[in-house]
Amino acid sequence: MSMFILRRLGVMILTALCLTFVVFFLTNLYPNLEKLAKTQGNFRMTDEEVASYLGRNGYLEPLPVKYGQWMGALPGWTTQAEDGTLRGRCIEPGTPPKDTPRFCGILQGDWGYSTVFKKDVGEIIGEKLALTGRLMFWVMLLMVPSALILGVMAGMREGSRTDRTLSTLAITTTATPEYVSGVLFIAVFASTAVGLKWFKGTATSAMENPTFENFFLPVLTIALYGMGYIARMTRASMAEVMTAQYIRTARLKGVSFPNIVMKHALRNALIAPFTVIMLQFPWLLNGVVIVETLFNYKGFGWTLVQAASNNDIELLLAVSVVSVVVVLVTQLISDIGYVYLNPRISVT
Amino acid sequence: MAKPDYDGPILEIENLSISFFTRLREIPAVMDFSVAVQPGEAVGLVGESGCGKSTVALGVMQDLGVNGRIVGGSVRFKDQDLSKMSAAELRHIRGNEIAMIYQEPMASLNPAMKVGRQLIEVPMIHEGISEKDAWARALEVVNDVKLPDPDRIMKSYPHQLSGGQQQRIVIAMALMSKPSLLILDEPTTALDVTVEAAVVELVKDLGRKYGTSMLFISHNLGLVLETCDRICVMYSGEAVETGSIKDVFDKMQHPYTQALFRSIPLPGANKNSRPLKAIPGNFPLPHERPNGCNFGPRCDYFQSGQCDAGEIPMAVIEGDDRHLTRCLRYRDIDWNAPVEAMAQHEAGKPGQVVLKMDKLKKYYEVAANALFGGGGAKKVVKANETLSFEARESETLAIVGESGCGKSTFAKVLMGLETATEGQILLDNRNIEDIPIEKRDTQTVADVQMVFQNPFDTLNPSMTVGRQIIRALEVFGIGATDQERRDEMLRLLDLVKLPREFADRMPRQLSGGQKQRVGIARAFAGGARIVVADEPVSALDVSVQAAVTDLLMEIQRKQKTTLLFISHDLSIVRYLSDRVMVMYLGHVVELGTTDQVFSPPYHPYTEALLSAVPIADTSVKKRHIVLEGDVPSAMNPPPGCPFQTRCRWKSEVPNGLCEKEVPPVRDLAPGHQVKCHLSQEMLDRMEPVIKIAAE
Repeated sequence: MSMFILRRLGVMILTALCLTFVVFFLTNLYPNLEKLAKTQGNFRMTDEEVASYLGRNGYLEPLPVKYGQWMGALPGWTTQAEDGTLRGRCIEPGTPPKDTPRFCGILQGDWGYSTVFKKDVGEIIGEKLALTGRLMFWVMLLMVPSALILGVMAGMREGSRTDRTLSTLAITTTATPEYVSGVLFIAVFASTAVGLKWFKGTATSAMENPTFENFFLPVLTIALYGMGYIARMTRASMAEVMTAQYIRTARLKGVSFPNIVMKHALRNALIAPFTVIMLQFPWLLNGVVIVETLFNYKGFGWTLVQAASNNDIELLLAVSVVSVVVVLVTQLISDIGYVYLNPRISVT
Repeated sequence: MAKPDYDGPILEIENLSISFFTRLREIPAVMDFSVAVQPGEAVGLVGESGCGKSTVALGVMQDLGVNGRIVGGSVRFKDQDLSKMSAAELRHIRGNEIAMIYQEPMASLNPAMKVGRQLIEVPMIHEGISEKDAWARALEVVNDVKLPDPDRIMKSYPHQLSGGQQQRIVIAMALMSKPSLLILDEPTTALDVTVEAAVVELVKDLGRKYGTSMLFISHNLGLVLETCDRICVMYSGEAVETGSIKDVFDKMQHPYTQALFRSIPLPGANKNSRPLKAIPGNFPLPHERPNGCNFGPRCDYFQSGQCDAGEIPMAVIEGDDRHLTRCLRYRDIDWNAPVEAMAQHEAGKPGQVVLKMDKLKKYYEVAANALFGGGGAKKVVKANETLSFEARESETLAIVGESGCGKSTFAKVLMGLETATEGQILLDNRNIEDIPIEKRDTQTVADVQMVFQNPFDTLNPSMTVGRQIIRALEVFGIGATDQERRDEMLRLLDLVKLPREFADRMPRQLSGGQKQRVGIARAFAGGARIVVADEPVSALDVSVQAAVTDLLMEIQRKQKTTLLFISHDLSIVRYLSDRVMVMYLGHVVELGTTDQVFSPPYHPYTEALLSAVPIADTSVKKRHIVLEGDVPSAMNPPPGCPFQTRCRWKSEVPNGLCEKEVPPVRDLAPGHQVKCHLSQEMLDRMEPVIKIAAE
């Protein structure tokens, strides 16, 4: 088992390396750098000024060297300004150059400096991740149990009226993208258009003080979309299990219907949707981008949008590293969980 | 809950009719079916697939699904009408009073639940006893079904047990609440013969011990003879004959029963002098049944105006014990008339050697765990060990053994789907063991062809039959133009006795037997000289088996083909083969002519195998040899003789030689070799397994 996890960790690091290199390459294309220089300096910079700004800030070194510096595997760049002060990647304003370390990168725990937020990337990521984590937690808490209940109820009697009603519901929710359902919910529950005004249309206040009133709509918007999908998967798997011969065996043993569903069918029916549920985590990041922007909840998704639109290289890189880790960790959990659900698979 | 004492018939089915309803029409599956099971009695229900025997079983259980419904008659269990019971009352009966044993043990056990939990559930539901008591009871029953180490078994998942062990667990589950009626639906079809024999023995013993009545559903007449007191033969949804085993087997009174017995290879049948008689025509589809007698169109004694006039009632045969037949003409038919003289054939003379195997070995390396792998050491599966034999032109060599004995691996190596690990295969003195099929020249590929076990899976479902045969002709480079190939294809259809219209049909429009004929046509498309027939008839119904076997024999006679007939069915092997090779765990344990192998001295494994095969003939007396345990895994074979773990003669060999050394191959008679340590005098003392009682 530990061997398996170790191997998985290795794969994870390799994937993260490849992915960040791709992101690094794309964000370091010259037009992007030019745009960065102009937003950081001023928009009327000449080409020479742009080049000198980029040179001064270490952006013009060869790509592998820059990547190495970001990683912390190569010493950070330093330039001597005309007035004699030493500028460098690892030199923070106000500290004398000789006290600064030669290396500063991911390996040293330094995630870099965000050009948009003018703050340390590590700090931003930590803060935003906490906010989005809270959102995700409630989404999962709402989505997974209701999706499973929906799917099991629909699948245990395939073709019945309950099945058709619940299936229609599931298809509808999953066919409605977040930007449609979100807008719809705001219009119905939060605006004067319908006049219900049960909830707040913005979740900005939920960042400090989440309440049912200001937090429920974003949670519901994300949860509904994923719920339909999981419910459909669960239903299909449940319906298949219910036709299996061992269910007939149980029925002809005299087991009552509720017990057949709970004791005999459920565990078998959950094996397939489990992977899907775990896949929903990275999927949710998608929805998070839309919903956080829509409800102005300044979490991880919102940060990603800001970083991307301003070519904030180090923030973008940090975001991609975090995303890779989230995807791979959920897959690892999914594989391990699978072993526990399905006795026919063993890791030893 | 206590079960009330009752001493009338356990189960009475009267005029039961069951239909399935589809959007198009009502499909009657069972019509006017009556049978009674007395306490302690075992009744066999026999018929071909689709005759409605399993539907009867589910009808008794009142579990016909959404589409099925009982449309007439009644099912009475201990004088209570099951169809009038509420769901709760039915639940009380199911598992408690009536229990069922199913065809596929793996599929009928819950894969995600430990065996023990599945067992203790039964008494906990029905008798409300505590988990601890139920566990103790389960241990006792698992012991009763002769499973080793009950504690460990109870704590395992179904996939950790072998097929035979799983079926024992299913049987144990059925016996947990000591039911009065046990329904067995083809309980041994998925199992190997020696395992089947042990399971049947067990069921018989337990039936006696617990006094359970049994309804035994099977397509195998031999099994029914061994297990049951009474028999009911079904055809196309109706019972055609019921009676005691003795009456039905020896004094049958229905043409279908007679035809069925004539189409199974009993000892004494011979492909040349006494060929099998297949039942002509096909089984009618449920919505295409003829007027009057369902068997009419296929019956030799059919008389129009009488047999197709109207419904035919069951007639009681005077003098016999509850012996009934659904035939109007049973009094007119001379039941003792000998089988019409069938065309007799000259036995083909084996020609020169075309295929020679010399010390062929095939090992597989398996990674201990492919999915999470890397950790464990590589394991070697020894699928074939030093296989040596010769096959001659127009000879039938049967390869016999149970699953896992390496017979399919050998076929794969011969076909070139795998390459040999060691040794050589000589085809016309050319070595082909190292040439995979994609590198073989067209002629070699066309020369060595195969007929597969399951005709349902081996035809492309979206290509017409004719196209598939033409495709084979194209591959083998036969015929210069499309027209020539089409003519050749039609000739091949004639060869396998299929109407030429079938060329434009899709495989789904064909019955199993017809599909297998297409498979045979395809195999012979390139004028194959060696045909490997891998259990070619085991997926087919008895009445069709005879026809397909005869077809194979006829083509072989015409084309002087060498036929390697892989089978586990010794009856059919005895019927059609010239020489027999018995395999066990990758080793050839015995090789000789059919007569040499089927009469003593035997290899101990051959002896057990012969004893395990059920024979549907009351005049045959068999010695019972039941093998303990399962076939060992080829991944971890026992040291010494491969058969030593189950051999009943092992103690006769001094110094525990069997556990130390693989026995050498010994020649007992010209052409008869055995791989055994037993001394000559021990071998001479062996008695025949099968004796035909003097009539």
